[in-house]
Amino acid sequence: MSYIPISEKDKKEMLARIGVDSIEQLFSCIPENIRLKGDLNLPAPLSELELLEYFEEKGRKNSYEKYLSFLGGGAYDHFIPAVVDYLSSRGEFLTPYTPYQPEVSQGTLQVIFEFQTLICQLTGLDIANASLYDGATGAAEAVLMAYRIKNKKRLLVASNLNPEYRQVIYTYTKNLGLEVVELPYEVTGKIDKKGLESSLNFETSVILCQSPNYFGVIEDIKSLADSAHQHDALLAVVISEPVSLGLLEAPGKLGADIVTGEAQSFGLPLSYGGPYLGFMACKKDFVRQLPGRIAGQTVDVEGRRGFVLTLSTREQHIRREKATSNICTNQAYCALRATIYLETLGRQGLKKLAWLNLQKTAYAIEQLTSIPGVSRKFNGPVFNEFVLEFPEAWEKINQRLEEKGILGGLGLGKHYPGLEKCALITVTEKHSKEKIDRYVQALKEVLR
Amino acid sequence: MINVIREPLIFEISSPGKTAVKLPELDVPEKKDLLNGVPVRNDIEGFPEVSETEITRHFTRLSQMNYCVDFGFYPLGSCTMKYNPKVNEKVASMSCFTSSHPLAPEKLVQGNLELMKTLEKLLCEITGMDAVTLQPAAGAHGELTGMMLIRAYHTAHGNPRKYVLIPDSAHGTNPSSAHICGYTVKEIKSSEKGTISVEDLARVMDEEVAALMVTNPNTLGVFESDICQIADIVHAKGGFLYMDGANMNALAGITRPGDMKVDVLHLNLHKTFSTPHGGGGPGSGPVAVKKILEPYLPVPVIEEKDGQYYLNYDRPQSIGRVKSFYGQFLVMLKALAYILALGPKGIREMAEVAVLNSNYIRKSLEGIYHLKYDTPTLHECVFSDKYQKDYGVSNLDIAKRLLDYGLHPPTMSFPLIVHGALMIEPTETESRRDLDLFIEAMKAIDREAKENPELLKSAPHLTYVRRLDEVQAARNPILRWEKKE
Amino acid sequence: MYPENLYYTKDHEWLKVEGEEAVVGITDFAQKQLGDIIYVDLPQVGKILEAHQTIGTVESVKSVSDVYSPVSGEVIEVNSELSQTPDLINKDPHGQGWIVRLKIKDKSEINNLMKAADYEKYLEGLEH
Repeated sequence: MSYIPISEKDKKEMLARIGVDSIEQLFSCIPENIRLKGDLNLPAPLSELELLEYFEEKGRKNSYEKYLSFLGGGAYDHFIPAVVDYLSSRGEFLTPYTPYQPEVSQGTLQVIFEFQTLICQLTGLDIANASLYDGATGAAEAVLMAYRIKNKKRLLVASNLNPEYRQVIYTYTKNLGLEVVELPYEVTGKIDKKGLESSLNFETSVILCQSPNYFGVIEDIKSLADSAHQHDALLAVVISEPVSLGLLEAPGKLGADIVTGEAQSFGLPLSYGGPYLGFMACKKDFVRQLPGRIAGQTVDVEGRRGFVLTLSTREQHIRREKATSNICTNQAYCALRATIYLETLGRQGLKKLAWLNLQKTAYAIEQLTSIPGVSRKFNGPVFNEFVLEFPEAWEKINQRLEEKGILGGLGLGKHYPGLEKCALITVTEKHSKEKIDRYVQALKEVLR
Repeated sequence: MINVIREPLIFEISSPGKTAVKLPELDVPEKKDLLNGVPVRNDIEGFPEVSETEITRHFTRLSQMNYCVDFGFYPLGSCTMKYNPKVNEKVASMSCFTSSHPLAPEKLVQGNLELMKTLEKLLCEITGMDAVTLQPAAGAHGELTGMMLIRAYHTAHGNPRKYVLIPDSAHGTNPSSAHICGYTVKEIKSSEKGTISVEDLARVMDEEVAALMVTNPNTLGVFESDICQIADIVHAKGGFLYMDGANMNALAGITRPGDMKVDVLHLNLHKTFSTPHGGGGPGSGPVAVKKILEPYLPVPVIEEKDGQYYLNYDRPQSIGRVKSFYGQFLVMLKALAYILALGPKGIREMAEVAVLNSNYIRKSLEGIYHLKYDTPTLHECVFSDKYQKDYGVSNLDIAKRLLDYGLHPPTMSFPLIVHGALMIEPTETESRRDLDLFIEAMKAIDREAKENPELLKSAPHLTYVRRLDEVQAARNPILRWEKKE
Repeated sequence: MYPENLYYTKDHEWLKVEGEEAVVGITDFAQKQLGDIIYVDLPQVGKILEAHQTIGTVESVKSVSDVYSPVSGEVIEVNSELSQTPDLINKDPHGQGWIVRLKIKDKSEINNLMKAADYEKYLEGLEH
């Protein structure tokens, strides 16, 4: 296969215009000793048909699809309406660059502006950016942003924040001399209040929590915000399952200063972990410290409304080493999908979707905990994820469930020593009653 | 492009009671009071309510306001806006890939892991490096990861060091990434040829310098011919040579960074390997390293044992994670499909024609537009507006006028060392007809600059909106729609 | 065209001495280079500055410029008008577009600055 529309005849004529005899000559600036002498050792080229067959064959080595899965923990299997795939597959959305020429990029720019608006409406905050890489880097950017605003080296991070997000925060802050302190959790699964009190002081820039947290439990955002503000610190809230915002009060309304998270749930398939969609919103006073691209509304010379990338003096291409972040591209295409998804669901749809998740989860909890020996580990309120404790190590139960074609949840032992008998279980609108009942039946058999 | 319909914001066409989706009914008994004591919302204030017809027309109309590679020539320098093959989209939308949960047991996703490992191996071969991580989400993220590897190495050897050297021609992400990694940036001035001066480098290179970041070919399109000598100077003081691989489209199949003694580089799958830019992401920025830096790569690392692939987290020297899960998986599939379709000769021809096309444009416009550096260039060339300035016309005016010709303008914001830059990178996927259309448009615009500069200064005239007031946008930011009271 | 009663720096700030105090701003040349100013980052009152230390930043749509203190001193007042109307710097750089008022620490430092005629000559040099 070749995607080159230049013929041999074109090449000859073009070389003549340039005034050289061969293409080889155009590379004479590269010293001979570092030039490749032969071909790269790559597989021979495939035709389009062979290429598809190649990927189909590799795809058959994935057997995940055959299982009934209750996995979540930062990546959620939600229904995606057909219009999302259909509209987002248009080349006009897929093949432009970042909208540097606004006059011919109004489509992308208006989509970003609508996306920012939707994120503000969901989070209850004043402004949002055009997106970030994912929830984990969003969490890291949030603590760095809080540090820029408050300039205090102590950062409090919840231990019930998604473990991968915590790891990314450590990677990002390690070289900057910042002190990351983990907040313990209590029996409800929420951040432990006493633990918070003993760690929080006036040297703290931020409390970073997740709600619903990694255990699926909804945090007391208002009380965390009050604690933070009493100590001249900010509250940053991470949301990795934003469908919850269809029912739960917007964190901004409860006092959160920064809300960031993962919006994969909004119209992006699981895709083995990427591309996903980070988002970030904040109070308007912090706009100059917000990382990433931002679209804004303005007018053209004829007074017509139009959109541009704005406040770009925050960014690396102008401020270079003093920029708020080194981020350059965002996830515009993923933000487009999320925008189509959210506008398709709309006000009633998102609310109903959240309600379906909540109800089905409650049913699953009720059914599963009715099995002798199975109980909830934490008793705080949950949305669509919850932790169960089993009579023996989860890994053993998990194995037996797998033999029955069920992926029953994520073991917590790997990240939380002491919770080896616990698993995180996720239920969405895609889990019909029949599927939940199948899980319950299988678990009963496994534990017999 | 349709110029007639002014498409409102979705919020402005919303009306109560509409929805564009039918969700299933609840099939389990409803429970009350599930969220007792939790603050709930009664409404998502301002959220739109529209029908499926309205959604479809809204986004179809918005799409038609965008310029894109599928429509025409897109010569943004250093962005490598090449054609995005459609079969790659088909591959990346196969449900066997899109449906996989990232935390699925490894044995159920062997296909995914094998494909990722295959891509790593092919990228090692193309770059001449020893190991690759696919985790970084974009080029800038790759840079940050690369610099973290360097810092981890130095730290493990007793001194993280203080400085990173960066040429003044570099893209802004370079200094920004170095800074976020805790380094102070020292800028090195470009020589008259637009390249790094070996003498200057030798003067500033010392044992407090962690690394030199080079882009090769640099943002002028000029190959750093002294690259091996540059590497030796850096290595002699225990520093690392970092290469920004943004411009690999000029080199693939011709020469390899590994053979130039580069220690670490990032690639942009969305540039060199044809994955679509999506209006600004998702990209993908794999980082390739020499053996010496391999222990520090982010976790997890994909490994193989007895024909089974698995994710190895047990890497005590690793810098940790830079992203959740394993990177932009679907983007990786597209890049892999591209490399497999091209094969070794196709990869080489890609670089050859990219360089041919660029030199064809350069030769055709020389004398009409000013070339600050007359050093030979590879895949891109940087003109400036110096001649047109005499008529009061700037690079911005030239760019905006190009829009009226139905063409996308070149890059203008950098390199900072060329005032009024017009950085042109045609890529290999442009036909001669499209190249000639661009060349003729640039010549016509030069004539217009002399005869009717106002026409340029007030351009564009034929686009959906005309020149936008960026000052107002920044002074009084309106960053979201709000309901009128 | 540059007022005789001001002192100037090579980084294009001006200083107006008023007894033990001084007012600082950026010159007409500087504001023209930057273009339309959209934002000014002002320091806290009470901040102690060395000569050449950054007072704050001035931003246009596509550039950011540090403003350096021409002399050492303490910030005793900032031009808060600039938060709402940063374009005062474009409209009246040597007057209403002032940035901070300092209490001067060492008056002898003023001798290091340029007079209007010298600054104009310096600018001519830059244009070549």
